[in-house]
Amino acid sequence: MDFSLSADHKEFQEWIRGFASRDLDPGISEADRNCRFDKKILARMGELGILGHCLPEKYNGGGLDYISLGLASEELEYTDTAYREILSVHIALFCLPLLSWGTDELKNSYLPKCAAGEKIGCFGLTEPDAGSDVVGIQSHARREGGHYILNGQKMWISLADVADYFIVFAWTDLEKKKARDHSGMSAFLLERCDPGISTGSIHGKLGVRAGNTGWVSMDDVKIPADRLVGNEGEGFKIAMFGIDQGRYTVAAGSAGLIRACLDSSVKYAKERHTFKVPTGRHQLVKQMIAGMVESYEITRLLYLKAGWMKNEGLRCTLETSIAKRFACEAAEKSASNAVQIHGAYGFSDEYPVERHFRNCKAAQIYEGAREIHTIIQADYALGLREDKPLRRNLPPWPFER
Amino acid sequence: MKILVLIKQVPDTEAQIKIDPSGKAIDESGIKFVLNPYDEFGVEEAVRIKEKNPDSTVTAVTIGPERSKEAMRSALAMGADTGIKIWDDSLAGADAGVKAALLAAAAGTLEYDIIFCGKQAIDDDQGAVGGAISRLLSVPFVSNVVKVDISGGKCILQREVEGASEIVECGMPCIISAQKGLNEPRYPSLINIMKAKKKEIKEMTPAGLGVSDLASKTELVGMEPPPSRPPGRIIEGEPAQAAVELVRILREEIKVF
Repeated sequence: MDFSLSADHKEFQEWIRGFASRDLDPGISEADRNCRFDKKILARMGELGILGHCLPEKYNGGGLDYISLGLASEELEYTDTAYREILSVHIALFCLPLLSWGTDELKNSYLPKCAAGEKIGCFGLTEPDAGSDVVGIQSHARREGGHYILNGQKMWISLADVADYFIVFAWTDLEKKKARDHSGMSAFLLERCDPGISTGSIHGKLGVRAGNTGWVSMDDVKIPADRLVGNEGEGFKIAMFGIDQGRYTVAAGSAGLIRACLDSSVKYAKERHTFKVPTGRHQLVKQMIAGMVESYEITRLLYLKAGWMKNEGLRCTLETSIAKRFACEAAEKSASNAVQIHGAYGFSDEYPVERHFRNCKAAQIYEGAREIHTIIQADYALGLREDKPLRRNLPPWPFER
Repeated sequence: MKILVLIKQVPDTEAQIKIDPSGKAIDESGIKFVLNPYDEFGVEEAVRIKEKNPDSTVTAVTIGPERSKEAMRSALAMGADTGIKIWDDSLAGADAGVKAALLAAAAGTLEYDIIFCGKQAIDDDQGAVGGAISRLLSVPFVSNVVKVDISGGKCILQREVEGASEIVECGMPCIISAQKGLNEPRYPSLINIMKAKKKEIKEMTPAGLGVSDLASKTELVGMEPPPSRPPGRIIEGEPAQAAVELVRILREEIKVF
């Protein structure tokens, strides 16, 4: 067993950190304070090759592995959750499902532009009244000749207002919708220019204020039938598949958030004196720092294991769920303690830890709420859930040329 | 246009430098090495000229051990076409004169219109190589350049001097040393980093270049860390009293006025 990162991984990690410290760190405080998502960052990430780094070279990607996706997620969330979310949405939730489930025609016409960052993809599953309860969605699509007509509302969609492409989920079998039978659900690829699509931003969020979150409305959106992703009735499986990839990036990103909390806390605990000694000399402060050290290390091991399994072509829904749940809980605890260590200053935006504390809450809700992951893990253990073979899987790495 | 860029791998600006037990070198363990920042300006300028003149080539040349290939890869990822790395173990500790002789010999095997170098390497801060090569190759040398314009087969160069800037016109070939402000070096894209791994780094030796006199004319006698800062003094007491004491110390002990 070899726990070391390869020279290529280390070089990539350093390159991503270099990008984040040059292009993201200087502006994040202000972007968060002003709730501003800067589209130029997408363009910059695109031109550097970050938005397609782990997609196959034949689709214009960088051809790197899934561990690299985890490392990139960690490094970007070290700066801010909003920047990691770009990878979660564009790569994990949009490009990877398309790569695995799309026809060659769809892959050839959409993936190269996405890999270059010329076009941005997002993922529309959640609705105003259905999140974890996926079969509770109301959107539907009806077939008319060579077309589908979609209607419905999507909510809490990251990058909704900037995306060019949307993978959305809708019922194609209304009888199955009534019966809550998920095999009546299908996945579709929509474009912003399709008539009937409108989007808007959601304001007033607790955290991830430098990120774009919004709604997507579909009003008689007519698309060619060949923009069905997978077969009719496979929408639920594709949604779960996409979320499996997204969760991986959330877990890896949380490692970055924890590391950011740890670094800031260690620095502060060395500088700040109370009772005539640096606060880091107090046992109760040490306890909080030790907790962050452990949390970081465990989170990192869990996500890297899932990344390795992806490279090997192994199904890792359970491992990803464990990584994601642990990471998000550990991130909340670490961020809360980081604010505590910084005392009153931690409560102000003079230090980044209050931002991390506000940001970390989102990840306990999205990509499988904390409670859903608890149930998933217990159900695997109790034999109430098992992995069923999928018609399509994530391509193992190295990719076929 | 044929452009050479002289580059050097140096310790990262944030590295904690410790002196080796020999007292004549730094302890390299745990040190991160980077492309000398002033050389980065040179690489960037060369690549920009190449982008404006598509038939141009940019060759990066360095003297250094195996690890210096990393700095070479950085230059190749920024857009240099090929690299030349000169080394054999006898060069450890070689002075600027020896290095200039080797670089001039390497340049002599190539065609060039412009040679860029950084105004100095941030490790030894000598800034000697550019001038020395100029003498050896008998080509003009313009130092501390912050702007390069090429027109009509000539270089119009802006350089910083005390309180003003100086415009220098010079023919080609010439040697230009890059000062901060010349440009903003690019951050290489992933694809260019990948491509750089496949670019050729030609390895050469002093013998291969026909340079046999490798004796340094200067000798590094020793290295010492800068003196540690004396601890601060805290003047106790009430503010009014403390101020009187402070003035007394400044006047009588430190003698600032």
